[in-house]
This record gives sequence, C-alpha cells and structure tokens, in this order.
Amino acid sequence: MSIRITGATLPDGTSTDLFIENGVFVDKDTSTGSTTVDADGLIALPGLVDLHTHLREPGFEQSETVLTGSRAAAMGGFTAVFAMANTLPVQDTAGVVEQVQALGARHGYVTVRPIGAVTAGLAGERLSEIGAMAQSRAKVRVFSDDGHCVSDALLMRRALEYVTTFGGVVAQHAQEPRLTLGAQMNEGALSSELGLAGWPAVAEESIIARDVLLAQHVGARLHVCHVSTAGSVDVIRWAKARGIAVTAEATPHHLLLTEELARGYDSRFKVNPPLRRDEDVLALRAALADGTIDIVATDHAPHPVEAKDCAWDEAANGMVGLESALSVVHTAVVASGELGWSDVARVLSGKPAEIGLLSGYDTPFRVGSPANVTLYDPSATRTFAVSDLRGKGLNSPYLGRELPGRVIATLHDGYATVLDGELVDGDTVARAAHHG
Amino acid sequence: MRHLLSTKDLTRDNAIAILDVAEDMAGVADREVKKLPALRGKTVVNLFFEDSTRTRVSFEVAAKRLSADVINFSAKGSSVSKGESLKDTAQTLAAMGADVVVIRHAASGAPKVLADSGWIDAGIVNAGDGTHEHPTQALLDAFTIRRRLYGPDSRGRGLDGTTVTIVGDILHSRVARSNIWLLTTLGASLRLVAPATLLPVNTSGWPVTVGYDLDAAVDAGPDVVMMLRIQAERMNASFFPSAREYSRQWGLDDERVARLPAGSIVMHPGPMNRGLEISAGAADSAQSTVLEQVANGVSIRMAVLFHLLSGSDA
Repeated sequence: MSIRITGATLPDGTSTDLFIENGVFVDKDTSTGSTTVDADGLIALPGLVDLHTHLREPGFEQSETVLTGSRAAAMGGFTAVFAMANTLPVQDTAGVVEQVQALGARHGYVTVRPIGAVTAGLAGERLSEIGAMAQSRAKVRVFSDDGHCVSDALLMRRALEYVTTFGGVVAQHAQEPRLTLGAQMNEGALSSELGLAGWPAVAEESIIARDVLLAQHVGARLHVCHVSTAGSVDVIRWAKARGIAVTAEATPHHLLLTEELARGYDSRFKVNPPLRRDEDVLALRAALADGTIDIVATDHAPHPVEAKDCAWDEAANGMVGLESALSVVHTAVVASGELGWSDVARVLSGKPAEIGLLSGYDTPFRVGSPANVTLYDPSATRTFAVSDLRGKGLNSPYLGRELPGRVIATLHDGYATVLDGELVDGDTVARAAHHG
Repeated sequence: MRHLLSTKDLTRDNAIAILDVAEDMAGVADREVKKLPALRGKTVVNLFFEDSTRTRVSFEVAAKRLSADVINFSAKGSSVSKGESLKDTAQTLAAMGADVVVIRHAASGAPKVLADSGWIDAGIVNAGDGTHEHPTQALLDAFTIRRRLYGPDSRGRGLDGTTVTIVGDILHSRVARSNIWLLTTLGASLRLVAPATLLPVNTSGWPVTVGYDLDAAVDAGPDVVMMLRIQAERMNASFFPSAREYSRQWGLDDERVARLPAGSIVMHPGPMNRGLEISAGAADSAQSTVLEQVANGVSIRMAVLFHLLSGSDA
C-alpha cells in the first residue's frame, strides 16, 4: 500500500510532499495507484504518543476496551498509547500484559504498549513480576501503580533500583495518601467555601521531592505522572538542575481548566489530581515551554455514565482526553505562543516515545522511518460534542466548549486509521495492520 | 425563588422577606387550629439520605401546617440504602409528582446536582449537604437573633451592626457556612473562633475575622455566641488531642457565660454535647436560645416552602 501526502506543512514550517510505501517513508513516489491525501493547509505532525492512557480491558469493558480506546486514540491523532496497569486482573504478570499487547496489535488502530504494575495487585506491598513483564512478548519498559501512589519509601526505592535492571522507568502517581484521605478537589479557598474535602498541593509536591532524591540516590530514572501544581514544577526544575534523571508529564486538562469548574458540582470536572488554581495552570504552561515538564499525556480515563451521574463525592475521578488532546494543547499553549508546532511534536510524540523506550519515533518523516503521521487542520474550530468522541466514555470536560483544530488524518505504520476526519472502519484497519 | 440551595445566593431583600413571612407563620403556632390552607394539594417530599430526625420533623410539621401532603423518604430501610442512586430516586419522585423535594445528603453539592440535573422538575430545598450549607438553619438563626434583638418590631429589619462569634468545628460545619453568608448579607459582622485544625485552610475570601482564643472573643462582648457541635470522630483524627482539652480551650462553660454582657445570646444548632462544647449551665441559661431555635425552625421552613410553592418573586 502506498500513500502520497501533498503540500503538508511540517512542524518546522516548511512545506513538502510525503511518500509512504510499505509502512515507511520513501523518497519518491514509485508506485502507481497510490492514495493521495491533499494536505494543503494542514500541519503534518509525527504520530502522537500517549504515555498515559486507561484502556480498561481486561476487567472494565463497560468503560472502555482496547478497541474502543484505540479508536478514540486514532481519532485524536495518536499512533501509540501506553496502557495503564489498573485493569482487572491488574497488569502485573506477563500473561496480562501480553494479552493487552495482542489485543492492540489485532485491532491495529494504534500501537498499544502495556504498562506494568510496580506492585502486585497495585496493593503497594510487594513488587510485581517486573522482570517477567519486561522479558515477555510485551517487552514492558514503563512501570506504574497509577491511580495509587507507591507511597512506601522503601518500596519505591527498591522499585526504582529493580526496574533499572531491565532498562525501564517507574512512572509515579505522586499523591501522599494520608494527606488526601477522602479528598475531593484542590484544597484552598474554593474547597473551603464549597465544603469539599481538600487535596492539598503539598501531597503531590512532597512525594515528588522524596522521589527525585531517591532517584538520585540510587541512580535511577523517574517519571512523574500528571504534574498539577506550581510547587511540583519548582521541585522538578530543581531536580533537573541537579542532574537528576527525572521526566514529567502534564495533562491537557491541567493545562487548560481550573478548580473554578468545581463550583457547580458537575462531576465531569472531578479528576485526580484535581484541577488547580490559575497560577498552577500558568506555571505548568511555562514549565512545558521551558522543558521542565517534558511531555503532555492525556490520562484518558473513561467511565460509564452512572459513575458520573451522581453527587460529586460519589462520582468517579477522571476524564476522557484522547480525542480532544491536540485541540486542547493547541488552545492552551500554541494559541498563546508559548509552544510552536515543533514543540508540540516534541511533547506529544518524540519525547514520550523516548521516555517509554518506544522505537520508530526518533527521526520522524525521514526516509526509512515508520510512517506515523497526524494531519491536523489548525484553522478549524468546533464546539466539542459527544459526536466528537469515539471511545465508550462520554465524560469529557470539554463538551459544549469551543475548541480549535481538527485531526483530518492519522496514519499508523503507513496505513490510514483516520481519513477525511473520520475513522477508517475496523476491518480495513485490521487488514492493513496484518498485511500492510 | 425556585430553589433554596445556599444562603450565598440570597439577596438582603429576599432574606428579609423570608424572615417576615416567618413572623406571620409563627402566629399560626399560637392558634387553636395550627393550620393554613396555603399549600393544599401540593406534595412535599422529605428526601433524607442522612439521618436527622430533628430537621426532618421540623420540615414535616412546617409542610403539614400549610396543608401540604408530606412524604418522608428516608435512606434507612428504603431502596436508597440498597444502592439506588440519587438520580433514580429523583426520577421516581418526579414520576410521583413531587412539588418540592427537601433533601439532606452527606455529599456537598447534592441538592445543586439535583436542581441542575433535569431529573426532576420540583423545587429543591437544601436541608443540609455534607460540609457545605444548611440554609434553613441559618435563616432560623437569623430569625431568632432578630426576634431577641427587636421583638415585635422585627419586621423589615436586618441585623445591621450585630456582632456574632461562631465557635467550634468551622471546617466541617454547614451551619457555619450558611450563617456566614446570610448574617453578613443582613449586616452583621462575624468572628470565627476555633483551633487552627478546625478552620478551613483558606478563609481569606470570607467576610469574617478569625481567631483562636475564645476568652478574648468572650471579652470582646459579642451580641451573639454561636456554639457548634463537636463530633467525637474529630478527636480520633487528631484535630485536637482530647475532649477535655477542647472543652477547656473552646467550650462555653459557666464562667465564660458569666463574663458575657447580660444582653448577649447563646445559640446552638443542636444536638448539643453538654459538657463538651457547651456546659449545661450555658445551655439552660436565660441567654440560651436553643429551644427558641427549634420552634423558629418550623416558622422558617413554613416560610421557605410557602415562597417556593406560592410562586412569589421574593
């Protein structure tokens, strides 16, 4: 199969035609009968990589499956996602991660890279079978108890050291559990007024401070999930200045939304870590621009309707984010001039792939590189609606909000998963994935 | 007024109008036949996800005195305790034709969720939501203060210049929050006194002064001292070391009551922990309004139900 993309604008602003054959970029169009995509006015980004997705399968198929989550990802311009370990059974054995990996490969919309649990059953008591997962067919390199913090300092130290043995990285959900008992929203003036139990910034910052020091002490690599506060940015900036091997992510929602949205007790805005203050949002944007925060990751967290159709305290934490991520990054940091499109390519593709040790993303668009491409129309605007979602979860905080841009096409390993702004059907994608 | 969710949304005119109607309603209690036909044919549902016999009975009496039909829907022994959601319960009540739903819920904001949801078209009265608000309690407190201050000349008046000190577990108190907004709207000035652990982390936007020292607050001679209930579980969560220490530092004992100006009043929303946040002497003193608060609660709730169901603009 061959595809010709004409007149695309690369992240650096130059315009070019791109030729794709047998899954990789080639230097000229040699075949006849190739598909042509007119990319005039569109930005060609390297295929987006999400280091933080919840696909929910196995165990929570009422929320999402590998297939539906993959479709949501493709619709958002992603070509690879890292699937968090909080499934049921937990992704803490070779068998489960291989199953998730195989489901992703079978459907073919995106590359699915399972994340392994740090501790057995996410219970925070003893290490999971990290070596077995690393050496399985799924070749797990990222380990996380996301949803739970590895709060025991000794266990975290051991995890950092042990994962190093297999060249992997621990992605920490930084949340001191005792400081956040029953926490419902950012702790501050607004939580005081609304009578919602507070989630103090210090509960995140103190764990990050501890973990960067542990990482330094044992010479390991640490990745910090969903950084949400200005204080956390300061700690990470300090750690990087000291040469500590720490990387960090921010979610699209923490780059755009603030705690004020909790005022109406609409649980679509309930997420963990919670939405923070204006100052935090601005600090995260600046940190993303100056590289203190390395990447954007969605923390796509689908839930069934009933998990959100209730009082705030009773509602599940989390928001879906795959379909909206690029538009939200666009409005939060590109429209403001803080990031250019080459920065977007870095924070949503090159760097997350590097952190997750995912090959094929280090030299995008170069002849011979895997053809993972997202064509994005930056001039479009839309009122984001349920009809823009492709996963099972409808718990998007952006419904009814005007968002810029639209993904027009997504190419995964040289075949289209999205064309003309709509998903390519599952059979075609699966066929291309297995025979392309 | 379609719902009563929070005292923060009440204007001064709204609030005074409710207090004035409550004055009229108070007269009903003194009649031989304690009943008005105002809400005949209307259905009021008391939807209590949390136990509170006092508040529920108060609303029930209020609705019955206005001739409404009252349905009590409590969590205990109903489908609510079997995991039925707020949404399903609300839709059930809507199908039964409830005109007003009085809701008590452990989750802050649950009445707001109900009012905004579209699950039910009824008026919603917040009868206490989590640690957020308890608007009818604040209204009855304001009514009680106004009656003590102005007696038969209360109508039309606010609480301008009145000094109110609220003491105790402000952090977890919906009564405190509703009183802070309402009493300020009515012109009172407020002071909060509590150990730092029982104050919200950030009250910089609140129209109050904050202190830790009850003795200093008593010696300042406030017009009103409002004591809040201390719950035993707070002790176990290290909010303070022991009941004895709390009582010594922040309890209104006989000695402190004696130091208050003669005209000061002592309030408590009930139920009281005698000997902990308030001494028996203080609770039973002439300055105490505890029983008046209970009686006034019925008048206020009649006024609120009347406002919601009579379609009055106030």
